[in-house]
Amino acid sequence: MKKFFRLVGVIISSLALVLVLSACGSKSLADQNVVTRAKRTNTITWGVKADTKLFGLMDVKNSHINGFEVDMAKAITKQILGPKGKAEFVQVTSSTRMPLLKNGNIDAIMATMTITPERLKQVDFSRSYFDAGQSLLVKKGSPVKNVRDLNHKGATVLGVVGSNSVQNVAKFAPKARVLQLSDYAQAMTALKSGQGEALTTDNGILAGMSVENPGYVLTGGAFTKEPYGIAINKNQPEFKRDLNQALTKVEQSGQYNRLLNKWFGNVPGMNVKEMER
Amino acid sequence: MIAIFHNYGSLLLQGFGQTLLCSVIALIFSLIIGSMFAIFETTPIKFLRVIARIYIEVFRNIPLLVITMFFFVVIPMFIAKINGFTAGTIGLTIYTSAFIAETVRSGINSVDPGQMEGARANGLSWWQAMRHIVLPQAFRYVIPPLGNQFINLVKNSSVLAFVAGFDLMYQGNVIASDSLNTMSTYICIGILYLIITLPLSYWMRYLEKKLA
Repeated sequence: MKKFFRLVGVIISSLALVLVLSACGSKSLADQNVVTRAKRTNTITWGVKADTKLFGLMDVKNSHINGFEVDMAKAITKQILGPKGKAEFVQVTSSTRMPLLKNGNIDAIMATMTITPERLKQVDFSRSYFDAGQSLLVKKGSPVKNVRDLNHKGATVLGVVGSNSVQNVAKFAPKARVLQLSDYAQAMTALKSGQGEALTTDNGILAGMSVENPGYVLTGGAFTKEPYGIAINKNQPEFKRDLNQALTKVEQSGQYNRLLNKWFGNVPGMNVKEMER
Repeated sequence: MIAIFHNYGSLLLQGFGQTLLCSVIALIFSLIIGSMFAIFETTPIKFLRVIARIYIEVFRNIPLLVITMFFFVVIPMFIAKINGFTAGTIGLTIYTSAFIAETVRSGINSVDPGQMEGARANGLSWWQAMRHIVLPQAFRYVIPPLGNQFINLVKNSSVLAFVAGFDLMYQGNVIASDSLNTMSTYICIGILYLIITLPLSYWMRYLEKKLA
């Protein structure tokens, strides 16, 4: 009996330890006014993707991240802080971006993040800066022509953890099984090794993969609308207003269209003219 | 935290089940394979010793994730279609078996050589002496380090998350991204791992006391 109590004691104390650790650091950088801090340090820290061709991809030669979102972030930073403003980039993934924003490691997320009602409960979004839509990537010659072809038992669709595209699959092809991998590179590898029939996510990202892997093509067109927005912490109305104003200026000056054409102008299956602003 | 258990109970339960299943399978097979290679390492036959040495050194020194990704990506390309759960369990078994082999070998070596000599002098064959005299003593010595390996095995089963094996960690990632409540989710996951590892840890301690 005594032993039993000792066991219970150990379990309870370890749970208590876990709870205590979890309670640490609730008040943090995330609550400070971002605009004031950015003006003081002359820097805005952006969370960007590093594994997504055309949006944000790490160049292994010099370890700089390049892409449409990185260029946009730089342009917006210059609009807010003036020509000497510095944009710092932190690499995020779909599953790390939210915690990093909430604990104040980054000021804003610009990482192919769709504006959704569920996310709006947790964070604030700027206006949309890119109109994406979900699509499918399949092997050339695959019988899968659109998302309805996947709605049968035994079909496997690959996606990435933390992207809302996997939830959309449950809507459009409820009978298909969804495997969620940790990033796009791994999802692409899984597609190549035949772990699933199709890879699903937003068309812009798939276009990048198709450019890198000529044996794989976009199919079926976009079946959802996925406007990308810049996510920031709640209670930052000033920062949100500045971001929207900066975005408008970038669009009006024609810089937006130049960047759009720079990154997406030569991608087969992308209609850039339709996306210009 | 209560809300996580409430809203995602079925996912957590599925993950818990998969982790438990993977751990049990990997535990049984890695113990068998590991003991086999430990015996190979101590046989007088040089060929078996070399085989065992190569196996242990290769798999002990490659990261678990690499072994698992190999089974998840390379094997389906050329040989047979295997899913994430199988790939993860095979990877975990092979990886852990290399560590268990080293642990058991150290146990065999710590049994006084006189035991083996005495048994042989009494007419037992090498295998009989190993099975009835040396191994029972060796296993008694290695229970504490084996317990460590078993606990590591349960925790390492989180490698399944990387190959979509639907284990606890995988479901944790899914729930965290769905609920956007990262901290509570991972605390729940941590508690569920504790539910597996704490009894295991206590059981090993009990065995140690009983047999020592």
